[in-house]
Amino acid sequence: MTTQTDFRTALLDASYPVPAGLVDGRGQAAGRRYDVYRNNVAVSLQDALETAFPAIASLLGPDNFAMAAGLYLRQHQPGSPLMMHYGASFPAFLTTLEPLKSIGYLADVAHLEVAVRQSYHAADAPVFDPARLQGLDEDALMSAHLILAPSARLLRSPWPVLSVYSFTMVPGSPKPSAIAEDVLIARAEYDPTQHLLPQGGADFIAALQQNQPFGAALNAAGDSFDLGPTLSVLLQSGALTDIVLT
Amino acid sequence: MSNTIKTVALVSAVAASFAAHATSAAADGAKEKCFGVSLAGANDCAAGPGTTCAGTSKVDYQGNAWTLVDAGTCADIELPAMADGGKRMGSLEELKRDIPM
Amino acid sequence: MFDQTNALPPLPGVGYKPQHFSDILENPAPVGWLEVHAENYMGDGGRPLAQLRALSERFPISVHGVGLSIGGEDRLDPDHLARLKHLVSWLNPASFSEHLAWSTHDSHFLNDLLPLPYTKETLTRVADHIDQLQNAIGRPMLLENPSSYLAFEQSTMSETDFLRDVARLSGCGLLLDVNNVFVSATNLGYSPQGYIEDYPLDLVGEIHLGGHDEDHDDHGAPLLIDSHGREVADPVWALLDLTLEKSGPKPLLIEWDTDVPDWPVLAAEAGRAASALAQVSA
Repeated sequence: MTTQTDFRTALLDASYPVPAGLVDGRGQAAGRRYDVYRNNVAVSLQDALETAFPAIASLLGPDNFAMAAGLYLRQHQPGSPLMMHYGASFPAFLTTLEPLKSIGYLADVAHLEVAVRQSYHAADAPVFDPARLQGLDEDALMSAHLILAPSARLLRSPWPVLSVYSFTMVPGSPKPSAIAEDVLIARAEYDPTQHLLPQGGADFIAALQQNQPFGAALNAAGDSFDLGPTLSVLLQSGALTDIVLT
Repeated sequence: MSNTIKTVALVSAVAASFAAHATSAAADGAKEKCFGVSLAGANDCAAGPGTTCAGTSKVDYQGNAWTLVDAGTCADIELPAMADGGKRMGSLEELKRDIPM
Repeated sequence: MFDQTNALPPLPGVGYKPQHFSDILENPAPVGWLEVHAENYMGDGGRPLAQLRALSERFPISVHGVGLSIGGEDRLDPDHLARLKHLVSWLNPASFSEHLAWSTHDSHFLNDLLPLPYTKETLTRVADHIDQLQNAIGRPMLLENPSSYLAFEQSTMSETDFLRDVARLSGCGLLLDVNNVFVSATNLGYSPQGYIEDYPLDLVGEIHLGGHDEDHDDHGAPLLIDSHGREVADPVWALLDLTLEKSGPKPLLIEWDTDVPDWPVLAAEAGRAASALAQVSA
């Protein structure tokens, strides 16, 4: 008898023999007929990773990416049939691969790709009316909670993560220079956009994510924080969805 | 003027510039067009992978040994081996482009 | 007996691909309905759901699940049953179908439709899983025959007997994939026409057509692969004609999932399905 445990084990490890009890139409051993399923599983998961991580695929090139993806898919099959979520642990996995150790920014670029995908599939949220920020008095503003949309993602990196991503994905982008970049990802309607944050911007947004009021978030961002550009990014990107006055 | 009063004024001013922008965007019915797949390059990739109910005649070759070969765009990126956690992009010039005029 | 009210129209349909969204709204002919994979519309929001909502206002929608693992040895995933229930309840599609296959084992999803032996034991399990699904979504489903690349020594029933018995035990209808019949029959050395003769066509709520690739096994025997990456093969169209002669008009789906062509090519395949339907509608 062929159990699904036997069938699955040999699917992902070609060093196992074809499970017993599988035959062709004349009762002969199935042989490479079983390999069709091996190929279906491995190729479909590898294709899924390539679709999910186009920047990593481009950075590594097809052969290196196929190796990394082949190793990953054998250790990490999807946890559910929602393939849109597959590969959430791929960024961390990349840091464990010895041949990739020299490419320090790789995992953060992969994190950015995961964040963009999460943002794409996040729940819709009402568009924030900027007029609601006007005419507030000092106390009302400082104690207000700015509510981030479900599509908002914050990525803090010691690497030029957005510049590397853009260099890879957007033709004509300049070569990245050695600088740390924090990125806000959000979508106003259907397409996530990535926004570089100025000094203190990520601290401010991280505080909002932790449900701290406006005044506390401002303090978290530090004395030299210039609010204007970060607020513009929040309003423009679709990252804000509501304001709760207390 | 105290810092917090300056902040109130700044928030109001930034919000005002966006309030005007939001009204004009809503009027041109942009939302309906957005249903189609974006042609704006990278965004096409944002959906990520889907399911399959088809098989493949592609063959999976999984080798055991792996030496990194120069094949991808990472070869064109020259960055130091260690990240610089201190320096941060903070240029206002960079961000002004994002503010609707 | 499977009730065909609120079912798909006996017209050509296509598997929906997002790159065809605008073409479908502007120039759908001869396509009369669309099929989507359930699992691709289980995100929380964004474009996929907005598109599906807009399309469902114009076209009957068939929801085709590819991830429930009805043929699995494990119990069905209650989270996935809940997701299917949610999707069917907000979309109220014209049809829901799934596969005679398994894809999840030990909480690992393998993203392929894997085969099972046909025995009394697997029959009971499959019928029980379908019963759970139908209770969750509050309607009968259609069960699709797989494309097979190998057989199980332990099988004691033919596929057609197995499908007939599953339908009898669970009250489900059937989705007949004519390309899968041709692929499996070629691969396992039986007659595709004989399969159609044995198949309970009165239970069919939908027919699938797709392209396949050609390979060979260790002994040089033909091994067809259900790739959905090209036009439907001529012998499959012939098998469809034979099927429609016996069954009368049915909803006909063109599946093209890899190397997806531009809309006019896909619409032309749907046109060929329309011609096949016209022959039996007259």
